Amino acid sequence: MPSLPLVLAAETVTTKLLSLSLPDLVIIVAYFAMVLGIGWYLKRQTQTGEDFFLAGREMTAWIAGLSFLSANLGSLELMGWAGAASQYGILATHWYWIGAIPAMLFLGVAMMPFYYISQTHSVPGYLQLRFGEDSRAFAAISFAFMTILMSGVNMFAMAKVMKVILGWDMNFSILVSSLTVAAYVALGGLKSAIFNEVLQFVLIWAGAMLIPILGLLDAGGWANLQTKIAERMGGADYTHAWRTLGSFQDNPMGIHWTGIVFGLGWVISFGYWTTDFLVVQRVLSAKDLRSAKMAPIIGAAFKMMVPFIVILPGLLGIGLLDTTLYPEDQTPAGGHSYNEVLPIMMGRYFGPGLLGLGITALIAGFMAGMAGNVSAFATVWTYDIYRAFIKQDASDAHYVSMGRWCTIIGIFVSIGTAYMVMGSKSIMDYVQALFSFFIAPLFGTVLLGMLWRRATSAGGFWGLLAGTLSSIAMWALVKFYPPALAWVALSPHAKDMAENMYRGLWSWIICVVVTVAVSLVTRPKTDQELVGLVYGCTPIPAEQHVLLWQRPIFWAGVVGAVFIALNVIFW
Amino acid sequence: MTSGSHLSIWFFVGILLAFYGLIITGAGIYGVFVPPPVHLAQYHADLWWGLLLLAIGVFYCYHFAPRKAQAR
Repeated sequence: MPSLPLVLAAETVTTKLLSLSLPDLVIIVAYFAMVLGIGWYLKRQTQTGEDFFLAGREMTAWIAGLSFLSANLGSLELMGWAGAASQYGILATHWYWIGAIPAMLFLGVAMMPFYYISQTHSVPGYLQLRFGEDSRAFAAISFAFMTILMSGVNMFAMAKVMKVILGWDMNFSILVSSLTVAAYVALGGLKSAIFNEVLQFVLIWAGAMLIPILGLLDAGGWANLQTKIAERMGGADYTHAWRTLGSFQDNPMGIHWTGIVFGLGWVISFGYWTTDFLVVQRVLSAKDLRSAKMAPIIGAAFKMMVPFIVILPGLLGIGLLDTTLYPEDQTPAGGHSYNEVLPIMMGRYFGPGLLGLGITALIAGFMAGMAGNVSAFATVWTYDIYRAFIKQDASDAHYVSMGRWCTIIGIFVSIGTAYMVMGSKSIMDYVQALFSFFIAPLFGTVLLGMLWRRATSAGGFWGLLAGTLSSIAMWALVKFYPPALAWVALSPHAKDMAENMYRGLWSWIICVVVTVAVSLVTRPKTDQELVGLVYGCTPIPAEQHVLLWQRPIFWAGVVGAVFIALNVIFW
Repeated sequence: MTSGSHLSIWFFVGILLAFYGLIITGAGIYGVFVPPPVHLAQYHADLWWGLLLLAIGVFYCYHFAPRKAQAR
């Protein structure tokens, strides 16, 4: 998710958190060798634009689904949310459950048919088919800009984390990780990025699953852990997900259930999971429509389980660690921040070998994050900007070569961003804010485009523009006139996360209202023009002939039922 | 991704897991004699986790081996 707490330890750190031994180094080096080997192997298979930008559209539902999940399961995400769990308790789980599962299932069941049948190669590409060139240009340029900045932030964060945990030089980390990512994405394109995301998925589970297992043994089971946490936190409730959300004051996060359900569960989550091209691109690589519908459902099934390796280690940190953890900006010299809880737990239980695996999982997470951003950037730049507005009639080979080159250029721009962030930390906040400007209004535009045939080209464009500009205006207003927070976030005490959620909600509503209003006074497209793009105009292949257990809707129901059960169990 | 002459991603996963399993099992055997300075070292988590990774890795290498994939 975009607005995560970032790992930014104090500059004064001189001692490293963990030391590696020979087996650990062998494991890390083997990972780099494997990643480069895969890129080199896939180069031979990557000949056409379809190969490079859409991985040949031949991925199985499992591979597309795991890569869909992995594109989001980066190391900032893992460390940040483990840290959030050790600071706010089990409430952090909402970002994995209500903040993801309903949206992922909706993408699979309701939206994927239109993305897939329209044969688009990207989300801006869909906007072009549905609303025309203006909307595409706006979405493509903002997306390309945003991804390349995010890639740089990821690179910086990795270098910072490696410095704090292992004492590695930041320039060394940036150089090695960026050259490796540039090499394997430029060689194998999206397929290379997807293979490495699946590898990363396996490594993250192999490297992190022992922490909760050993931690629960250490604590003497879940009930004992709950008692320990309650004792340490003076009786405050850190281990129930919903019962403390009745009022702002009752829970460590200072949040109300309406914020979680409508802000997080609706706008932020649906906006991110259904329109962020970085994740949607993985599903577009599926080999057929049924695989494309199953992929997000498989992703959702595993997403529900991620709190086991992320949130539980954070809770174990509260219950078991003897060291005090601090918020990032209040960490004293030599102290540790909440965001370091995951590596601290690794150091607590992992000897030589296992520690190398845990660190490799983190490195893999960072590199896959960079690769994901860079491969999505290469696609949007080549197809939605370069081919659409600069050179329209070149050969397929020309566009593949353009994709390879802009992967490398993208990496260089990311390196530049990483050093900019190193120079001024506030750039990181701006990049995070930037991300939130586009995602909520884009969800409004795509949703209306898919479900409402009356939406017109002008409506789509002006709605998207009005939503985005209003989001920027609200952000700037609060930035330069802080009391305005009381209007934007409905409370003068709202934290950043609450502000983001409400800003997303308002900008989404503005986008929808403007789209509807402009559409009603402009001329609609004919139904023929909307075939394959809009609900009601698109014949969707029936699934009656397929066995019940092979139908995506059946598995969406199963995942939905487990999702409800988990929320009841941890109520 | 398991058809034709292309290697499956799961084959690569198998190689990496088997290799990691070997190294971690080796470290675990060493740890039986010289326990690492970590909590719960008495459970020898590295030994059985290494063996589990090795088993999964070998299974994936075998199941998704190039010759088998071609035959299918």
